[in-house]
Amino acid sequence: MKRHALTTRLWHWINLVCVVVLFMSGLTISNAHRLLYWGDWGFSRAQAWLEVPRFPDWMTIPGYYSLAVARDWHILMAWPFALGLLFMWVAMLANRHFKRDIATSGSEWRPAAIWNDIVQHLKLNFEHEGSKYNFLQKLAYGLVLGVFLPMMVFTGIAISPGMEPTFSWLVEILGGRQSARSLHFIFAFLIAGFFVVHLALVILAGPIHQIRDMITGGKQP
Amino acid sequence: MKRRNFLVAAGAAFVAGCNRIAETDAGKSLLGAAEGWHKSAHRLLTNREALAPEYPRSAISPFFRGNGSTDPQNGDYPRHVEEGFANWRLEVGGLVETPLSLTLDNLKALPQRTQITRHDCVEGWSAIGEWTGPQLSLLLEAAGLREDAKFIVFRCADNLNGQDYYESVDLIDAFHPQTIIAHSLNGEPLPVRNGAPLRMRIERQLGYKQAKYLTAIEAVASLEDIAGGQGGYWEDRAGYQWYAGI
Repeated sequence: MKRHALTTRLWHWINLVCVVVLFMSGLTISNAHRLLYWGDWGFSRAQAWLEVPRFPDWMTIPGYYSLAVARDWHILMAWPFALGLLFMWVAMLANRHFKRDIATSGSEWRPAAIWNDIVQHLKLNFEHEGSKYNFLQKLAYGLVLGVFLPMMVFTGIAISPGMEPTFSWLVEILGGRQSARSLHFIFAFLIAGFFVVHLALVILAGPIHQIRDMITGGKQP
Repeated sequence: MKRRNFLVAAGAAFVAGCNRIAETDAGKSLLGAAEGWHKSAHRLLTNREALAPEYPRSAISPFFRGNGSTDPQNGDYPRHVEEGFANWRLEVGGLVETPLSLTLDNLKALPQRTQITRHDCVEGWSAIGEWTGPQLSLLLEAAGLREDAKFIVFRCADNLNGQDYYESVDLIDAFHPQTIIAHSLNGEPLPVRNGAPLRMRIERQLGYKQAKYLTAIEAVASLEDIAGGQGGYWEDRAGYQWYAGI
């Protein structure tokens, strides 16, 4: 048996492209109106809880200011992103990847065990016996797959005026349209944060080995 | 510093790659198609008559921001402002059985709809206001749409950057119960900033669809021969999506 299932590997790389394009085109959309609000409405500094800095051209798609082109990319990549996530969840539940490798057990939530995991991470000791991932990995992957990525889809649907008549309950749960927009922004940056830490740990844990396994599947240890 | 340079180079290279894809014919048609997929998904999931949320009076924003044209100076518009819009007329024409020419009093004599709704700008901001006016469906039924009418075009008095503002919707949004020709905002005649004396409210779409300074409503079979052919001022000028429900 392979270390990573084919569905996991396929989704991983498709999702990477989606997230990068969505994030970079999202930065252009953010540049169009750099104020974030809570509640249903807001249009000026007086109502804003945050003024977002202007993102430079090299980190935005299309690389110059065009809200229309950025929206084209954003709404295109939203499809493989959302459908891919749905597909990954179905696959993860069907092949037991979630239950076997990601779901945590009660004993893992003991403070002493968590502390030990943190210490081992800080010592850059990535060997762990028994399960495939240690507690912090399970927690990170679980949060990203179960909360951060789905929240991007839900908050995205909530800020679409054509979807709102059907999903007004979703907008209400999220606290209003401008709250949903703020949350869309916050979760985008939480995913960006995960991306940076994930990349750093892959590099520290042996990038060639890690990336090769995520492409070929690798061997079960 | 070196790492930052690497990041900038990597970002710029990725952006260049995306732009290269966007310039190919396949890339263009893919980017254009996504708009259609969203529209189909919205139409599949949302009932044609389903209403955008309406709010209580207490939710109304204290000030309703104006955007785009906020004080048109072209053509007859300044004279109409001076006259208090006493001679303003709204023409209903194109592919209809009986063209209409209506005064503001004619419009106010029709059954009115008042709705407190949220206006969402494509840039990201929102404001809530109370709009009053007759439903567009009343006018279209009175004029009688011909079989070949597929779109409703809204003509506007304001000229922005050398081009006349216009917008368009299909018949599903044209006959939606919340699609009204508003003459009042928060119980007062529309301010010039917000489109006096008449503007469209198409509540399930973004702000650029809400044509202001409305002079004519025109039923057409195709949008191709109008101005830049993309169905609206911002669609022609900057490539905004014609379906503004996303």
